[in-house]
Amino acid sequence: MEKFTVINGISAPLMRRNIDTDAIIPGNKLLKVSKTGFGDSLFGNWRYIDTNLTENPDFVLNMPVYRKAIILIAGTNFGCGSSRENAAWALKDFGIRCVIAPSFGPIFYNNCIKNGLLPVVLLENQVEELAEHVTQSNKKLVTVDLQKCEVTSPTGLKYQFTVSQVYRDMLLEGMDPIDATFNFEHEITAFEQNDKPKRPWIYQY
Amino acid sequence: MNNSLTLVDKIWYDHVIMNLDKDIDLMFIDRNFQHEMSGSVSLKCIQNAKRKIRNINLSFGTLDHVLDTRQGRTDATMIPGGTEFIREFRALTKSYGIPLFDIDDPDQGIVHVIAPDLGIALPGCTFACGDSHTCTVGGIGALAWGIGATDAEHVFATQSLVQVKPKNMRVTFKGTRGKGVSAKDLILYLISKAGADAGIDHAVEYAGPVIESLTIDERLTMCNMAIEFSARTGIVAPDDVTFNYLHDKPYAPKGKVWDDAVAYWRTLPSDPEAKFDKELYYDCVNVRPQVTWGTSPTHSVAVDDVVPDPIKAPDSAIRLTMQRALDYIGLTPGTRMEDIKIDAAFIGSCTNGRLSDLREAARILKGRKVAPGIKAICSPGSTKTKRIAESEGISKIFQEAGFEWREPGCSFCMSGGAGGEGFEYGQRVLSTTNRNFEDRQGRGVRSHLASPATVAASAILGHITDPRKFGE
Repeated sequence: MEKFTVINGISAPLMRRNIDTDAIIPGNKLLKVSKTGFGDSLFGNWRYIDTNLTENPDFVLNMPVYRKAIILIAGTNFGCGSSRENAAWALKDFGIRCVIAPSFGPIFYNNCIKNGLLPVVLLENQVEELAEHVTQSNKKLVTVDLQKCEVTSPTGLKYQFTVSQVYRDMLLEGMDPIDATFNFEHEITAFEQNDKPKRPWIYQY
Repeated sequence: MNNSLTLVDKIWYDHVIMNLDKDIDLMFIDRNFQHEMSGSVSLKCIQNAKRKIRNINLSFGTLDHVLDTRQGRTDATMIPGGTEFIREFRALTKSYGIPLFDIDDPDQGIVHVIAPDLGIALPGCTFACGDSHTCTVGGIGALAWGIGATDAEHVFATQSLVQVKPKNMRVTFKGTRGKGVSAKDLILYLISKAGADAGIDHAVEYAGPVIESLTIDERLTMCNMAIEFSARTGIVAPDDVTFNYLHDKPYAPKGKVWDDAVAYWRTLPSDPEAKFDKELYYDCVNVRPQVTWGTSPTHSVAVDDVVPDPIKAPDSAIRLTMQRALDYIGLTPGTRMEDIKIDAAFIGSCTNGRLSDLREAARILKGRKVAPGIKAICSPGSTKTKRIAESEGISKIFQEAGFEWREPGCSFCMSGGAGGEGFEYGQRVLSTTNRNFEDRQGRGVRSHLASPATVAASAILGHITDPRKFGE
């Protein structure tokens, strides 16, 4: 997994509430038995006006200044709905490394962590202020520092955020989540041995 | 000191392998039930990384997402690329020895419909699946949540998940449920009042006398839509209704093990003094049959109400969201919901595709015809549901009313993602599903969510209709 330490780059505001994973990547764009190759489908039904992928010039990521965005700023409950991990893969493929929002859909949040994509939770008024400062600035540059757990706006304003220590370590070190858990194989086996006589119905049917 | 625990706490603590940091635990997962869309990716990655499946006997697979629902369906799918998911998943589950409810299996169906009906989901078990509506099986008292493909891979390889412990939330329904008010109406009402993000960071227990009086099918419907207000999961405490439902299911324990299981399950309900981080109360006297007017399940009103006016929204962000929803859905504020004409009606899905849902719709459809020009479709939630519905004559009632009678699957709920069998651009569909998002049932399709009774009644009249006009 790609490490996440400090990033500095263009930040794109998409200030809608409840942006669901169907909007992030439509259902008919999921059809590859693969974790990659979904970047062109990101926000497919908003980004393009037809099936020939003709761009909608009004959509934020199609605007010249935001085309190379690596940070997305969004409204509450970003990534709600479907569990499709393709939403995280599509953002990653497009080049987005971090999404900043007041809250996230629960499954999407977990999927981001597993893909080196950092979900940053700030207060709603902070997210709105940050989006406003990005909109007003020329270069749209925002810094997200996972070591300091700090976001810096184009005007130099700093916002602190929290992320679970386990997730932070995983992202900072680019750890594979499955390999990380293999370190606890002994504990998993011990749990099972203790649990089997207590709940035999789980193990035999 | 208060040692009282909630239902969710009890199940949670019984599955903690180890604490990793503060509120984050390594959890044991009792059931890993995957489908061809997400499961194929997970198993392919397992294979590529040369990893092993840790507990094959705790792993299950079904086909539901990609396959067509047309009669006589095969591995060929209307949506290009679908066949690869079916064949990869079949080959991979076979090579690892994971049981698969394949296309021709008498137990095939939508995972959230078959898991409780087979007794694979059990009270007090942790249950993971690569679909957000996994929370459905909270209806039988399982702690269940949707996961992505990488987390599914994690469960296949380690039988565990790294999880932040959710906060506890309880929603209590008071009073008595009005006649003709379904579980779907209760949950749509709740989401409309609480908001689409009300459940974030919380596991939600539905409680109170109204919930206790619900059948298992109704509880499954309530829990199915917990994710629609972004709750980590929804759950109802297991009770005699649950045990009666489960006792003869094929995968449920038998004999003394059953008795021991029931004794354990009876210890699970929240202690009387248990503390919840968030509590909501609703009086059922206020709940009438519901229908959505917008593009989020929170955009729901009573069927005899009108399309709301964004001008009356409490803040500008909500106003903008409402206006955008109205632009997409093509309605103007103040329009009576019952004046809205529909082009199509759909009955099915993990929300409302169970036998009781079909029976309720059939009660209204019997001896009647859908309005001219309405495309009406029923896709039962499972092959077993379909089989019983056919033996009871329900399929005949649907077909004589003008409904297409289809095979079970997720297709019409997530057009294009599944069988590519969606509706047409601009069509207005009244649907028993759980998501009225933009483009959810096909590009430009306008989806309205409602109960099976409301969909059946509206299909007959050709416009959104209060089902109570057809009896209760």
